[in-house]
Amino acid sequence: METFFQLLISGIAQGCVYGLVAIGFVLIYKATEMVNFAQGDIMMLGAFFTITLINYLNWNYFLAIIVAILAMAVVGLVLERVLLRRMIGESPFAILMVTIGLGFVLRSVVGMIWGHNPRSIVTPYTDQSLQFGAVVFPVADVVVVAATVVLCGLTFLFFRYTRFGVAMQAASQNQLAAYYVGIPVKRVVAASWALAAALAAIAGVLLLPLKSAYPEVGLVLGIKAFAAAIVGGFGSLPGAMIGGLVIGLVEIFTKYGIDGRVGFSVSDTSVYVLLLVMLIVRPSGIFASMQRKKV
Amino acid sequence: MAEPLLEVKNVETYYGLIAGIRGVSLEIQGGSIVTILGANGAGKTTVLKTICGAMAPEKGSVRFAGIDITGSDPDRVSRLGIAHVPEGREVFPFLSTEENLKMGAFTRKSSMFKSDLEEIFEYFPLLKDHRKLAAGFLSGGQQQMLAIGRALMLRPKLMLLDEPSLGLSPKLVRATAEIIESINQDQGVTILLVEQNAQMALEIAHFGYILENGRVVMEDSTSRLSKAADVQEFYLGKKASSVRGKRRWKQRKTWR
Repeated sequence: METFFQLLISGIAQGCVYGLVAIGFVLIYKATEMVNFAQGDIMMLGAFFTITLINYLNWNYFLAIIVAILAMAVVGLVLERVLLRRMIGESPFAILMVTIGLGFVLRSVVGMIWGHNPRSIVTPYTDQSLQFGAVVFPVADVVVVAATVVLCGLTFLFFRYTRFGVAMQAASQNQLAAYYVGIPVKRVVAASWALAAALAAIAGVLLLPLKSAYPEVGLVLGIKAFAAAIVGGFGSLPGAMIGGLVIGLVEIFTKYGIDGRVGFSVSDTSVYVLLLVMLIVRPSGIFASMQRKKV
Repeated sequence: MAEPLLEVKNVETYYGLIAGIRGVSLEIQGGSIVTILGANGAGKTTVLKTICGAMAPEKGSVRFAGIDITGSDPDRVSRLGIAHVPEGREVFPFLSTEENLKMGAFTRKSSMFKSDLEEIFEYFPLLKDHRKLAAGFLSGGQQQMLAIGRALMLRPKLMLLDEPSLGLSPKLVRATAEIIESINQDQGVTILLVEQNAQMALEIAHFGYILENGRVVMEDSTSRLSKAADVQEFYLGKKASSVRGKRRWKQRKTWR
């Protein structure tokens, strides 16, 4: 039973990271109808920024993560401005290739600068744990979950109550009409990229104490997060988060429950099996909220 | 005559290689209702899209209140005071009625929002009943009212209306016409109305242009336009009787 709870919390923690990256996928998709396959690599870059600030420049942990998150938001803005804005109106396939190529570039650049060895950071809460009865939780897991809950709350409030947040929703629902009422759609798109990159950076920062970072970490994680976005129903922000949690839990429980017994790794595949089953049974995802516009 | 509020000069706009409009000039005096009539594909919507900046013209210029707005972004154009009610309503389907209206006031300071909202609800009491409902669930007529209301929230000097009567019942067409007239008279908003319902448009407008194949073929005050034989036959559907007592299908329009 204790094992169950421990697996549950670490599955949820892992799922939160997937969910944050998946939210980035959905944000960019909703604003621009582009799928950014470099989303995981942007997360990886955010993690390496943090590593540099903490391990090499000896910055304070909290200062370092704030600077890294802001820096990644700027990276998102720059990517949109110099790369993706030029692709508006091109075929979706061309845009897809650009983002996949961007992922390759980011991985190689990071590999050239920082090398390919796995790295990690020492956080104020590394190796600490909380104990509830017989169940022991690593504080790192708890921090991930708490941070994600706060972030989801903030994101919800932003989209629900701020003028710019509602404008971002409006622009994603009907871009032309948004232009007509005077919403600066280009700025909305840029903001979506900045927000997606910042969320990815946060995911990277949260991931660091759980796993070490290496240039390819974003590739695998990005694809799983993409699966999470699809399972949740592509185009739904809460769906992306729920999808992330589902994927995280499935992965961790198959890892513990099946891998050890059969003697080979099923857990990595389980995520994609889940994705396939989901696509067959309920192709529009858990939150099939994006009904086609009638009338 | 005073300088027109909107001046479109020799505008040519293309869809790829295909010309949407080929040299259209319009002049709209402040405070008036002007209509553009024409069949499907005549280029009416293209004219509006060129004015509001959704499409950039290849040639020609658009001036609004003395400012050159040729080919500028739609959000800048609407900031200057041109509100566009696009064809087919185009509300934000998952936002509530109130949020839709709020987005209409996006370019302005939000302090006036409450009182403006009440004013809109006076025009369209039905919207008030559904203020928390997602706009996608409104009926076609209500969505049209919402689109007009949303444009009004901009406090525009000029309102571009693209086929507001499309898909509405005759009763609602009547209501829409009255609302357009009162927006013009009470709020002093200049209106450029694109319509297929020529009868309604000629009734409420002061001046009209007739567009065919991307060119202006006739322009006059609506009182004279509605008496012109060609307009009567081809736009108002009144039959011309000939000596033979039959309709002459080969009869050609005067401007051809």
